[in-house]
Amino acid sequence: MPEPAETTGNPATADSAAPVAGGSSASGGSSASGGTGVVGEMRGAGVSPGVGFGPVRGIAGAVPEPSADSAPAGDAEAETAAALEALAAVADDLEARGTAAAEVGNRDGQDVLNAQALMARDPGLADGVRAKTAEGRSAARAVFESFGVYREMLAGAGEYLAARVTDLDDIRDRTVARLLGLPMPGVPESDEPFVLVARDLAPADTAVLDPAKVVAFVTEEGGPTSHTAILARTMGVPAVVALPGATGLADGTPVLVDGAAGTVVVDPSAAAVLAARDAASARAAALAGASGPGRTKDAHPVPLLANIGGPKDVPAAVANGAEGVGLYRTEFLFLDRAAPPSDAEQEQAYREVLEAFPDGRVVVRALDAGADKPLAFLPPPGEEPNPALGERGLRMLRRHPDVLAAQLSALARAASGLTAKLQVMAPMVTDAEEAAYFAAACRDAGIEHPGIMIEVPAAALRARDLASEVEFFSLGTNDLTQYACAADRQIGGLAHLQDAWQPAVLDLVASAASAGIPCGVCGEAAGDPVLACVLVGLGVTSLSMSAPSLPLVRAALARHTLDECQTAASAARASRSAADAKHAARQSLPALPDLGL
Amino acid sequence: MSERNVRIESKVGLHARPAALFVQTAAKAPGDVTVAKPGGQPVNAKSILAVLGLDARHGEEIVITADFDGADALLAELEALLSTPEPENA
Repeated sequence: MPEPAETTGNPATADSAAPVAGGSSASGGSSASGGTGVVGEMRGAGVSPGVGFGPVRGIAGAVPEPSADSAPAGDAEAETAAALEALAAVADDLEARGTAAAEVGNRDGQDVLNAQALMARDPGLADGVRAKTAEGRSAARAVFESFGVYREMLAGAGEYLAARVTDLDDIRDRTVARLLGLPMPGVPESDEPFVLVARDLAPADTAVLDPAKVVAFVTEEGGPTSHTAILARTMGVPAVVALPGATGLADGTPVLVDGAAGTVVVDPSAAAVLAARDAASARAAALAGASGPGRTKDAHPVPLLANIGGPKDVPAAVANGAEGVGLYRTEFLFLDRAAPPSDAEQEQAYREVLEAFPDGRVVVRALDAGADKPLAFLPPPGEEPNPALGERGLRMLRRHPDVLAAQLSALARAASGLTAKLQVMAPMVTDAEEAAYFAAACRDAGIEHPGIMIEVPAAALRARDLASEVEFFSLGTNDLTQYACAADRQIGGLAHLQDAWQPAVLDLVASAASAGIPCGVCGEAAGDPVLACVLVGLGVTSLSMSAPSLPLVRAALARHTLDECQTAASAARASRSAADAKHAARQSLPALPDLGL
Repeated sequence: MSERNVRIESKVGLHARPAALFVQTAAKAPGDVTVAKPGGQPVNAKSILAVLGLDARHGEEIVITADFDGADALLAELEALLSTPEPENA
């Protein structure tokens, strides 16, 4: 057998841990143990390039409710002792994971885990357990029922507390699993590097992931823009999503994951592992030769920028040669808290990023709340059966003009006296009136360069109307594709429709890029080296992506002329399907094989 | 028996990091410490779950009670903690 567990061909960035803090709840889904003897090659959607080889570790499924009428194994005292010991062990474990999270730079993760440990050590909970075992309950049942009391109390209180119910359930499940000898829910613990397999990953599952331990992600669900895919690219870990049968892979099975091809080979031969690694190294060598500002082979400049969630993502952006920031997702400053950050806290978080790019630009997106990113202090005005089509983005900000004004003022103060060019854009803009509203709000706050995201097909189709109101556009291809193809980003079964190669999406990009003002792309499409060439051919003026994607995109652009990019774009738009568009574009981009693409 | 009424200055209320600090500080006490909303049922201040369950928010007043030698010093410590907008050193 070849050496187990190694990732090649994709520069891992150890300091870019999970972008969202959270607990470690068991939202994974079905168990990956009890394998069905899958053999050969499985195919899903490759969403983060690179090759990873190692044993499968599944996220364990839900812990079942302990039976109410099973007779306890010992007397009441023994059951009490067992239950309290299990709670203490869970608390110790949570604290140890907190320390580990802090060591990889995730202090927010440590706060959450320490708070969970405090809950596991709660004296009131221990009293409850004693009372239940005295009534003849087993240790596991007593724990389950004692948590139930607090669960109801918290679930019935405010929004912030309702969110803590997930934390509480996680502690309960860990304690019950320990008492019943079941596998621990959540991300598995392992001393050796492994391939993480799950139904899908939630932000809470991944807050404590150690990038040095995970050589690849494989999920049964999720699309190219799912949380798993974005996280994998941010961490520089190869990933394959939407892989049918993934959770049927037994723990310990050696698998070879190719995150570019979207394949998972079960129990591969040594030769297959070697060949995959050789291809990945060839690409790595080609990448090492590419540096400097983004430009085509004939020196047409295309600034290459990074997508970030806060100051902590800046080092990876700089290390990968970002010329600035093309998307600063400010909602990460606001998530998981009961009140908005103070003006001073916001100003500081913005200034730190602006200072990192004295000669570049920083494009900040105003708070994008709603839909999949609900905020406790900006609740939706009512029930939204379809939140992606609800009051999100600028629609939400118009309901809370004070929040928008405070953010814009903090940005203006942060930029004063600095040389970086601050550009601010609104998310989820539909028409010229909305664009004008945002531009006016920027002017009032002293922001000189207002822009808008183009995510709504209506805005792309009527881009000329919106272009007269603002200075620039930034295409959010993830949402633009979701809305153009009416395909929910979170549904794995629709992955074939969540594809920015869909000719209809390319038409919308072309429409926005020909409206007469600078038009960047900040969606995941910009990080696909082949699609990046096509976007430039469609008239896109800058590309912003997860930092680890920058080198390959830079190399792909540097090997092709603007004319070749335009030919590829025309060929793609002349196609009738996403697959045909990709194939046609590749035919017009002769240097792709040099990069192992 | 010592008792204090304290206004919560923390922006996030008696939740998250402030709640954890509050409970850890109370847990050092050699005797009972309780916390209540004015006129409400007092709960064990050493229990994070009970303290969270109070759902005491920014700007609200709570009553802390303790009864043992050195209770005043502890209450002073707890009061200082709640009077800080953003407590550090969790």
